[in-house]
Amino acid sequence: MNLDELKDKIGIGEDKVYAVMGAFTAPEDLVEGGRKIREMGYTKLDAMTPFPVHGIDEAIGVPPSKLGWLVVWFSALGCATAITLIWYVGAIDYRLVIGGKPYFDFSYTIPIAFELTVLFSAFASFYGLWVFNGLPRLYHPTFNYSQAHRASDDLFLLVIEANDPKFDAETTAEHLRSVGAGDVEVVEG
Amino acid sequence: MSAVLQDPQLMEVNPPLVRSEDYHDLTEQISGIVEGDVIKTPTKYWITLAVTASITGLLGAMLAYLLSTGIGVWGNNRPIGWAWDITNFVFWIGIGHAGTLISAILFLFRQKWRTSINRSAEAMTLFAVMCAGIFPLFHTGRPWRAYWLFPIPNTDLNLWQNFRSPLIWDVFAVSTYFTVSLLFWFTGLVPDLATLRDRTTNKVKQVIFGLLSLGWRGSARHWSHYEKAYLILAAISTPLVLSVHSIVSFDFATSVIPGWHTTIFPPYFVAGAIFSGFACVMTLLLIARWTLNLQNLITMKHLENMNKIILVTGSIVGYSYACEFFIAWYSGDIYERFTFLNRAFGPYWWAAWSMYSCNVFIPQLYWFKRMRTNLWVMFAISITTNIGMWFERFVIIATSLTRDFLPTSWGYFHPTWVDMCTFLGTIGLFLTLFLVFARFLPMIAISEVKGVLAVQKHQFSDEEVMAK
Repeated sequence: MNLDELKDKIGIGEDKVYAVMGAFTAPEDLVEGGRKIREMGYTKLDAMTPFPVHGIDEAIGVPPSKLGWLVVWFSALGCATAITLIWYVGAIDYRLVIGGKPYFDFSYTIPIAFELTVLFSAFASFYGLWVFNGLPRLYHPTFNYSQAHRASDDLFLLVIEANDPKFDAETTAEHLRSVGAGDVEVVEG
Repeated sequence: MSAVLQDPQLMEVNPPLVRSEDYHDLTEQISGIVEGDVIKTPTKYWITLAVTASITGLLGAMLAYLLSTGIGVWGNNRPIGWAWDITNFVFWIGIGHAGTLISAILFLFRQKWRTSINRSAEAMTLFAVMCAGIFPLFHTGRPWRAYWLFPIPNTDLNLWQNFRSPLIWDVFAVSTYFTVSLLFWFTGLVPDLATLRDRTTNKVKQVIFGLLSLGWRGSARHWSHYEKAYLILAAISTPLVLSVHSIVSFDFATSVIPGWHTTIFPPYFVAGAIFSGFACVMTLLLIARWTLNLQNLITMKHLENMNKIILVTGSIVGYSYACEFFIAWYSGDIYERFTFLNRAFGPYWWAAWSMYSCNVFIPQLYWFKRMRTNLWVMFAISITTNIGMWFERFVIIATSLTRDFLPTSWGYFHPTWVDMCTFLGTIGLFLTLFLVFARFLPMIAISEVKGVLAVQKHQFSDEEVMAK
């Protein structure tokens, strides 16, 4: 597979329109603008901001994160791993009387069970964060926007993706301008 | 915005935590230190780094000497088989605890003032735990066999660990603590690394920051998962930090040695850890604030709040000392009574009284606002607190071992020059790592401080609306 085919497969390339993007200078304006755009019927929306902007998720329809569920399962797995390990070692594989203590007892599994619960939860939330976000990745079409580098500084960007059923480069750009966005551009993949 | 922020009346009502013209200024101010071209790194920084790096070299030399000769080069001997190494281990782990406390517990309590200091406090945790790990690792005598501490099936040992022993609990607690702290710190760092990636024009730095920031683009979906992950990491770090020093204290409390065999140890160790950790954050922040001119970001309000925590935890530690003495008397156990009298008036009286003075008496000065807001006073107290907390660990460990049940087995501990140079070396390592971090990574969480700034802007505009 050559590079062009690969680009085609993952939907990027200079001739493909990825989105229309515009910038706001204040988080409140972004939330307000995003809400209006969504009321116009757009569904494939995203925002790019230098810090988490409160209210943006509801405004542009980002579903609540389900990361918590993943962590719950992994925490249970961590706890079970610790107890199983200690039970297997003490009561099955290596039975040894030490200080007259029983081969296995729940009471002395508590510290390690707790630590492994925490450790597995931490791994789940850390790796889950990147998997859920589709990261790490080296390239993203939104980086082609001329102001993209300021999304980590002081600009609040609104993205209307081209796969939105209502998307039409020119009218969408006009809509974005009408809600107060500046530097509106059609961004290619 | 600036006019509103500088209005003295408004400041009185709601003093700003962050004084910055706007988001861009903030980015400039913090990443300027990392970029080093607009804000030049002062020469004093490089001189300090050279000094601390040399001390780190001393640590390397001491460890090489220990490995080539044997752990007899340390002063550990009967009856004091645990001496400076475990004192230093507990000391460094304790230092680390304030970092987690600031980043996790204050986050859960929605204490916005933490944002200026949490990044450096988290870094401090990592570096302190690294220093702590050196001591038990080298006390094993064969650090290349360190994997024997973990339940990894291996053919060269054919043994399992004894899970009934608190020492293995400690292995799990400390390694979990280090791992979770590292993940927490790196998670917080990613959006700021993206900021650096977007700002730099240097190709090499673009690649480095580009890889480290994992392609972060600040998407609303990113932030949604990020905030959830951050909340979970904070929520699990909070009990974790309490468990780590509790488990460290089990190393002592589950033994039958007078002065160690007591149920007060877990909370007492945790309070002491937070106390010493805050003092250490204070020392480092005062130095960083002065050398890198961060007065706008680390304000007197931050410092005063930290001093209040030092006063509270110092008083808890003082209460624990009093409680220990009371219980020793009330228990009616002659060995327990003797240990505590021996602690205060025996051969280690000088260590015990250094500890009482530094940990209990001196921090009481913080009842006065003038003392809490005086930079020289807080610098001095941050140092004395750490000296006092080092002595606390030494006193607990040495006095109980030096004179136990049988007078025939009494002894006295003499540290060797290798003990002293190794401990000094870990201080050098700690400072070197911290200085490198402060210069090459954003020391203040850019995205979090911007979040606080946004809330402030909102507050003020609300008030303006109210006024209308």
